[in-house]
Amino acid sequence: MSMPGQNRSALFAQRLLVQVALLAVALIYLAPLFWMLDTSVKTERQAMSHIPSGAGKAFSALLVPHPLHLDNYRKVIESPFFKMPLYARNTLVIALLVAIGSMLSASLVAYGLTKLRWHGRQILFWIVLGSMMLPFSVMMVPLYQIYRDFGWIGTNLPLWLPTFMAPPFYIFLLRQFYLTIPDELTEAAVIDGAGPFRIWWRIMVPLTRPALLVVGLFSFVASWNNFIGPLVYLTHQRTFTLALALQFFQTRHGGVAHTLLMAATVLVVLPIIVIFFLAQKTFIRGIATTGIKG
Amino acid sequence: MSAYSRITWRDQLIGMAFAAPFIVGVAVLLVIPLGLSFYYSFCHYTMLTPPIWIGLKNYTHLISDDAFVRSLLNTCLFSAVSVPLALAWSLFLALLLNVPNRFRNIYRTIVFIPSLLPLVATAVIWRWMLSPVHGPINFVLKFPCRWVGGLLADIAVAFHAAPAFVHALRHLKPPLWLADGNWAMTTIILLSLWGVGQTVIIFLAGLDEIPLELYESAALDGATGWRRLRHVTLPMLTPVIFFNLVVGIIASWQVFDLPYVMTHGGPGRSTLFYSMYLFEAGFQQLRMGAACAMAWVQLVIILLLTVIAFWSARKWVHYR
Repeated sequence: MSMPGQNRSALFAQRLLVQVALLAVALIYLAPLFWMLDTSVKTERQAMSHIPSGAGKAFSALLVPHPLHLDNYRKVIESPFFKMPLYARNTLVIALLVAIGSMLSASLVAYGLTKLRWHGRQILFWIVLGSMMLPFSVMMVPLYQIYRDFGWIGTNLPLWLPTFMAPPFYIFLLRQFYLTIPDELTEAAVIDGAGPFRIWWRIMVPLTRPALLVVGLFSFVASWNNFIGPLVYLTHQRTFTLALALQFFQTRHGGVAHTLLMAATVLVVLPIIVIFFLAQKTFIRGIATTGIKG
Repeated sequence: MSAYSRITWRDQLIGMAFAAPFIVGVAVLLVIPLGLSFYYSFCHYTMLTPPIWIGLKNYTHLISDDAFVRSLLNTCLFSAVSVPLALAWSLFLALLLNVPNRFRNIYRTIVFIPSLLPLVATAVIWRWMLSPVHGPINFVLKFPCRWVGGLLADIAVAFHAAPAFVHALRHLKPPLWLADGNWAMTTIILLSLWGVGQTVIIFLAGLDEIPLELYESAALDGATGWRRLRHVTLPMLTPVIFFNLVVGIIASWQVFDLPYVMTHGGPGRSTLFYSMYLFEAGFQQLRMGAACAMAWVQLVIILLLTVIAFWSARKWVHYR
C-alpha cells in the first residue's frame, strides 16, 4: 500500500513500528502462559531460587529448566488435594450436558420464535433480550433456596439442568441465524405434510449446524470455566469441578508449592486450548457475530 | 399479524410447545426467583428460619455499612477506569492486528487465547507472575527501578534534596502489586486487559465490515493516517464500540472471579468488589435479605448505566 506523499523511509519506519508493537503485544500475552508452563516443569528449588544476576546466566536459568521435571504432573494427578482425574470427569460431564442442553433447547425456542407464527412470540423475544441483562446475583439467593428444597445442593444438577431451559443468550444467537434462512425452504416440506417438529429436526437442525456448533462450544467453555456456580452449589470435595478445585488447591492450608500449582493450572487450561485449536474458526465467527449482528 | 392466514389454535399450541423450554425457564428461573428475591430484600432472612418482614431496613442499613460502601466505591472506580481503558486497549489491538502482515493470524490467536481461559486459572497464573519475591515481573523490574532510582537520586543530590528523599529514591523498588493496598486495585484493572481478546475479535469483525469504497474516497480527498482513522474508521466503528461499551459496563459491575481468587478483597478492603461482598453477606454471614437488597441495588445501577449509554448513543453512534 504505497500512498502518494509518503516517502519510502517513513513507510519503512511505520512498518517497523507495527512489527515492534506486535512483538511487544505477543510477549505480554504469551509470557504468563510460558511462565506457567516453565514453572510446572521446574523443581521447587529451581522455581524459587534467586536467579543469578548476570544477564546471560539469568536468561538461561530462567528459560530452560534443565532437566524437565515432569514429576510435578505425576504429583498433582496423585495428590489427595487435587484429584485431577475425578475433577476432570466431573467438569466434563457437566460441560457436555450443558452443551447438549443449550443446543437442543435454544434451537427449539429460536425456531419457535422465528419460523412459527403465534401470538406472543414478539413479547417473548423482548423477554429473551431483557433477561440477558439480569445479573446472576438477583436470582442467586432464591435459586439456591429452590434447589435446596429440591435436595439438589451438593449435586451437579443446578449446574446443568437449567441450561435445558434455553439460556437467553444462545436463543438470541441462534435467532439471528434462523432469520437468515428463507421460509421457502420449509414450505416445500409443509406441502409434503411434514409436521413442525420433523421440519425442525430434519431440515432446520442440519441447516443451522454452524451456529449450533458455536452455541455448543461457547456453552461448553463457559461451563468449564464457571466458578461462582460450583462455588455456590457444590459442597463435597468429590463433586468439585476443575475451576473450583484449583481455587481450593491454591488456598489449601499450609500453602502449596508453586511448581505443583502451575502443573495443576496447565492441566485445567490445556483442554480449553486444545478445543480452541480444533475449532478456531467457529470460535472467531461466533464471537464476531454476537457483536456485529447484535 | 399478517393478513394471509389466521393463526389457528393449532399454530398457537405448536408455537408455544417449541418455546416451552424458555417459557418454563422464565417462570422457574426468572419470575419466581425475581419475585422471591424482591420480597426477601424487605425481610430479615437467614434461609434457616422463615423470613421476617422488616420493611426498608436492609436498604437503609446498606448506607451505614462501611464494607458495602467500600465495595460500591471500589466497583465504581473499577468500572469507570477499566471499561474505557479496556475499550481503548482492545481497539488499539484490533487496529494493530488488522494491519496486513504475514503472521497476522498467529498474533490474533495469541491475543485471543487468554480470554478463553477460566478466570481462576488467570488469577492463579498472575498471582505467581506478580509474586513480589520470586515472581518474574519484579525480578525483571528490579533492574530498571535500580537504574532510574539511582539516576533520580543523583539528580536529587545535585538539587540538595532532603536525605530521606534521596535515600527513598536510591532504594526505589517495584510495587508489591497485590500485596500492597495502594496497588492491588490498579493491578486488577491492568490484569483485566489481559482478557480482552473477545472484544478485540468483535472490533476486528467490525473493521472488516467497513466498506473499502469509503477508504478509497477518503484517499481521493487526501486523507491518510490519523485523519482516515478519525473520520472514517472510528465513526464507522461506533456501533461496535457502543456494543462493547454496554457489554463492558454490565460485566464490570459483576466482576467476581478474578478478585475473589487473587486477593479475596484484600489487602484490607482495597479490592472488595460489589458481587464479592454480596456473596459474602449472603452465603458466609447468612444475611440473605441484605444480599437480595444489594442485588436489587446492583440491578438498578446496571439498568441506569445502560439507559444512560443508550441515551448517549443518539449523540455519538452512527448507524448506517
